[in-house]
Amino acid sequence: MTWIGNNLDVIGGHLLSHLWLSIVPTVLGFVLALPVGWICNRVPLVRGTVLSLASILYTIPSLAFFLILPSIIGTGFLDPLNIVIALTIFAVAVMARFATDGFASVSPQVLDAARASGYGRLGLALRVELPLAGPVLLAGLRVVSVSSVSLVSVGALIGVGNLGRLFTEGFQTENNAEIIAGIVLVVALALVLDALLVLGGRLVMPWSSGARRARGGAA
Amino acid sequence: MIEYRSVSKTFPGGNAAVADFDLVIPSRSTTVFVGSSGCGKTTLLRMVNRMVEPTGGQVLIDDVDVASRNPVELRRSIGYVMQASGLLPHRTVLDNVGTVLRLQGVSRAETRSRSFEVLETVGLDTALADRYPHQLSGGQQQRVGVARALVTDPNILLMDEPFGAVDPIVRDELQAELLRLQRELDKTIVFVTHDIDEAFLLGDQVVILAKGGERAQVGAPADILASPANDFVRSFVGLDKGGRELHVEERDGVRVVVDGQGRATGVLKG
Repeated sequence: MTWIGNNLDVIGGHLLSHLWLSIVPTVLGFVLALPVGWICNRVPLVRGTVLSLASILYTIPSLAFFLILPSIIGTGFLDPLNIVIALTIFAVAVMARFATDGFASVSPQVLDAARASGYGRLGLALRVELPLAGPVLLAGLRVVSVSSVSLVSVGALIGVGNLGRLFTEGFQTENNAEIIAGIVLVVALALVLDALLVLGGRLVMPWSSGARRARGGAA
Repeated sequence: MIEYRSVSKTFPGGNAAVADFDLVIPSRSTTVFVGSSGCGKTTLLRMVNRMVEPTGGQVLIDDVDVASRNPVELRRSIGYVMQASGLLPHRTVLDNVGTVLRLQGVSRAETRSRSFEVLETVGLDTALADRYPHQLSGGQQQRVGVARALVTDPNILLMDEPFGAVDPIVRDELQAELLRLQRELDKTIVFVTHDIDEAFLLGDQVVILAKGGERAQVGAPADILASPANDFVRSFVGLDKGGRELHVEERDGVRVVVDGQGRATGVLKG
């Protein structure tokens, strides 16, 4: 345990770098997947192609991805950008399916009524479809956020600084305290981010948690 | 005035919903399209705000072809009430009512006050303003739907089976409420229903439609009952089974009105 006390600054640095290495791809993946999902929901032909492609992308092992990327995009092997790009691609691959399902979950009657009230195309997409797809989008975002946090650890194997380094170093130096600190912090980070997402969802979509309560109350 | 000039609609796949349809809908009165499912009544209604584009002919509002108008602007200028209210589940009652005003760029404050006003007009407790639609009963949701359609004070109100999904008692209430509103507001209402009683209750002009949007008969309820155009109309309005045939029987000097099954329904005055 003294090891932890003596190395708080190192651990803190790894935590911060782990945090942004997982948040940036999650956010980018989410934003990029929205238009993809919207189009997939509209055009069945695109839907089949894109979603199959996304499934295939997701089967690529993350470590292999981290190693191949530098030769494709010309980054250095230790560049954190490799991790950000690889995880963004994974995030889009997962999120595109959730986004497609989310947009598909919007009631056609509600869309019809909104159109009849005088929503234009853009207003309909941004102010009706997007918020109503929200609960499914949030579910996807939670999956992506947790999986990003865990996948970032793998980056430690190629030498990118993050909490995963605490496992790799801990194993090399047979330092159990370091290993445990790493595991606990990765799990804690994933849980905290997930809790923040749930909380954020309640704030942004008060109607949705209300709907759940109302259904629970009625049952 | 809304006018249909030899309007037809053939859906992709060759299904002709309406063929060569002509009709004039006078202003400041209620016209009801009534017919069984598949008679094209909803298609005809939705042509007025360009939710459906005719494949032939023209629909005119005050002599202007709707096809020449921007569909989004057109829809904002016409109230639309649909079955199951079609409210936005993620917006409060007040925001739902104010939707079109906000789309037209009316300020938040004015939208708020006009929304409250129209909630009162349709007889909805303003304490419900901050609720979400799923927290309301079916009848309340339908009132919100009507309030949303009225908030811009449009000349035309399109109503597509608005009371089809509520229970009979609430439906009676909402029908009475609509009659009251129409006396006060004097809109041009186009109403779609499959219920002939609702059509006769609400309609100044009733349009009975047969399959394929064919006009079986157009007229005031009394005229249709007095001289049904053909057997289809006679059967559709219930004259064939004696359901609408009333006769008078004398009881102790009072003339009692009796229906086809021999049940007394009232007394005749004057």
